[in-house]
Amino acid sequence: MKIKDLVKSTGFEVVNEGDFDREVSGVYCCDLLSWVMGRAPADSAWLTVMGNMNAVAVSVLADISVIVFAENSAVDPTAIAKAAEQGVSLLKTNKPAFEAGLLINELLS
Amino acid sequence: MSALTLHYDVPGDDFTRAGEASSDIKNKLKQMGISPDVIRNVAIATYEGEINMVIHANGGTIDAAIDAESITLTIKDTGGGIPDVELAMQEGYTTAQEHIRALGFGAGMGLPNMKKYTDEFNITSEVGKGTEVIMKVYLSK
Repeated sequence: MKIKDLVKSTGFEVVNEGDFDREVSGVYCCDLLSWVMGRAPADSAWLTVMGNMNAVAVSVLADISVIVFAENSAVDPTAIAKAAEQGVSLLKTNKPAFEAGLLINELLS
Repeated sequence: MSALTLHYDVPGDDFTRAGEASSDIKNKLKQMGISPDVIRNVAIATYEGEINMVIHANGGTIDAAIDAESITLTIKDTGGGIPDVELAMQEGYTTAQEHIRALGFGAGMGLPNMKKYTDEFNITSEVGKGTEVIMKVYLSK
């Protein structure tokens, strides 16, 4: 599923539009950055409340497709600027990480 | 493929710039047409090393050497060193302080991830002198 279709189907708020034609093929939930680096599958949608620029760096280096900030968690302006610079897609939802992840997983399966 | 070397100075305690060297290495490898799986492994291992030096060692250096067979990464600092390397290699062990953990770091996965994502991993550390990690990622498995 492409990110643009994920946005349409979920109604998640777009915080930054990167490459919306990029595919999403899995879901991963975690807030510890090294844990995400080591375990999140490439091309996954990553659910987190960690809205800093290091999260953006992790997503780029670990080939994560899109970051979804759960529970309307705050996203630093520096993180948004970094995402814009690096072409990283950022979405936001008021749902908890588990519920948002479940929803994405249902759409993918 | 001719050998190519890249060198980076990583500033200490600057989380706004952490990851710049790893991103640049990743982009250069992409331009060279190296396979995405290899690039991802290199990017993860390099970023963990870069972050470790920012958190624990007041910065350091990263050198990447690319030849026809492999990519060799040398991550070196002159920080406080690691008193017990075996303990530091255990998943979940961390000495990161609370303000570092609040940023999402300090999961105790840095060194284990570096080992997990590389084909060769060697660490030497001396208290008071610093730490050197040399890693190799093979271009074909």
